[in-house]
Amino acid sequence: MGMTMTQKILAAHAGVERVTAGQLIEADLDLVLGNDVTAPVAIKEMEKMKIRNVFDKNKIALVPDHFTPNKDIKSAQNCKYMREFAMDQEITNYFEIGEMGIEHALLPEKGLVVAGDVVIGADSHTCTYGALGAFSTGVGSTDMAAGMATGKAWFKVPAALRFVLKGKPSKWVSGKDIILHIIGLIGVDGALYKSMEFVGDGINNLSMDDRFTIANMAIEAGAKNGIFPVDEKTIRYIKEHSNKKITEYKADEDADYEKTYEIDLASLKPTVAFPHLPENTRTIDQVGDIKIDQVVIGSCTNGRLEDLRIAARVLEGRKIAKGMRLIVFPATQKIYLKAMEEGLLSTFIKAGAVVSTPTCGPCLGGHMGVLAAGERAVATTNRNFVGRMGHVDSEVYLASPAVAAATAVAGRISGPEELGL
Amino acid sequence: MKALGIAHKYGDNVDTDVIIPARYLITSDPKELASKCMIDIDKDFVNRVQEGDILVAKKNFGCGSSREHAPIAIKASGISCVIAETFARIFYRNAINIGLPIIECPEAARDIEAGDQVEVNFDKGIIYNLTKGRQYQGQAFPEFMQKIIKSEGLINYINSES
Ligand code: SF4
Repeated sequence: MGMTMTQKILAAHAGVERVTAGQLIEADLDLVLGNDVTAPVAIKEMEKMKIRNVFDKNKIALVPDHFTPNKDIKSAQNCKYMREFAMDQEITNYFEIGEMGIEHALLPEKGLVVAGDVVIGADSHTCTYGALGAFSTGVGSTDMAAGMATGKAWFKVPAALRFVLKGKPSKWVSGKDIILHIIGLIGVDGALYKSMEFVGDGINNLSMDDRFTIANMAIEAGAKNGIFPVDEKTIRYIKEHSNKKITEYKADEDADYEKTYEIDLASLKPTVAFPHLPENTRTIDQVGDIKIDQVVIGSCTNGRLEDLRIAARVLEGRKIAKGMRLIVFPATQKIYLKAMEEGLLSTFIKAGAVVSTPTCGPCLGGHMGVLAAGERAVATTNRNFVGRMGHVDSEVYLASPAVAAATAVAGRISGPEELGL
Repeated sequence: MKALGIAHKYGDNVDTDVIIPARYLITSDPKELASKCMIDIDKDFVNRVQEGDILVAKKNFGCGSSREHAPIAIKASGISCVIAETFARIFYRNAINIGLPIIECPEAARDIEAGDQVEVNFDKGIIYNLTKGRQYQGQAFPEFMQKIIKSEGLINYINSES
């Protein structure tokens, strides 16, 4: 029996010829990531260890993105603690707010992850880098501490599900709709402990930003990781952003997949996940009349340049509904700058949006757009759990940037086609 | 190693956002976190929970965010063991890594009701429902994880190995 793409990467990093699903291995890490919520806990754990220094100061990334610019005194203390550790350990990839971004958009952009890498991050959406053909997965702070100290982590080799993507998505269907459709299909624990391997000629029709969005939400199906094969687009992206060496792994022809799903991209419609689980999906023609108070466009799922371009295309020359709050938060400073240069930010502001500095803020109900009781939001983020964006009695609907922008204009959940686009 | 206490029961997909909402993540102090544990799913949990009690849930417990604050809050609230049909994988790792015993057992997770008195024998992976007079066989940990749990967490384990 052959190995999946994920299994091949893990075997290579564990220094063994082959691995099988269920096997426990110890793998070498190419990068260890933490943020201002999880890294302080990890640093405290590391202080309890006999090992004093990080295993490689170039292979740690620390990104203050969750409660930054610091929302209050406690979050400022957390950031200070992480910053002091970064300075003390001379961590190369520590990013202060002016060069910052939401970690999962930032790391690929800074060229810190490339195809073939094994990455752990103390943040569940670390699985995003699977878009680059890397094995990356979220862990907790203790794993991060151990990873920073030893450069290794233990893994149980995952079994895998295969998703064969075929055809070309229609005009307003994006990576977000594809992954929401898949989560609706298999459920929030449909890929529990497993890899989601995406293959098929439909991938050629997906941009890197689409792929990042899809891999980002693998965790929302319970997966350990989501991964894409390496193609010309991947290589072009990596070469533009990184000098690191690319290693391309391919799944064996006879690799073992627990199940194979075929997804015809052309048949998909814009999709919305209703509260309070990402699996509660409905296509745009089935949503009914749902009035919305706030629209949030951004995050590590959909805060990339292409997402902002799509949103601007919908908002261009339009005004958002009376009483609507539209918050746009580009994922990194570089995206923010590009969006400014392209005039996207002025489109947003003219439409009646506020544009925020890169931060996780509204995505996790942290700051910059917290919901009151009874309020409803459409968000391009990845989680719509109870209380995720604020009060326990608020509601979050997950959607693509196109649907989010159209909703801001219509005042109720709508697709761009309803605006005549 | 054993746990003995009263069961607190929850359903499917209890996520880390309801176990400890992000608005409380500005601290990592276990006691402070424990004082908000389960607040968005069960406001009264912190008042009811007694040292040694057992948390029982159905599918995919601990899904969502990787925040280790979630198992830390549960452990600091006095819970001695979490039993579930299945756990979300990051939560599973985190619980082991911080030394919060957890055990997968679909039968127990379905059968145990709130208020039942439950005993867990970790070495054998057996769960006893003392109220109902039944027992269930849970999944035993692989040896590698047992070592981590016996060292009371990954950090101690690494210290003892190095
Ligand atoms: S944007 Fe949201 S999902 Fe992404 S890392 Fe930040 S808090 Fe997590």
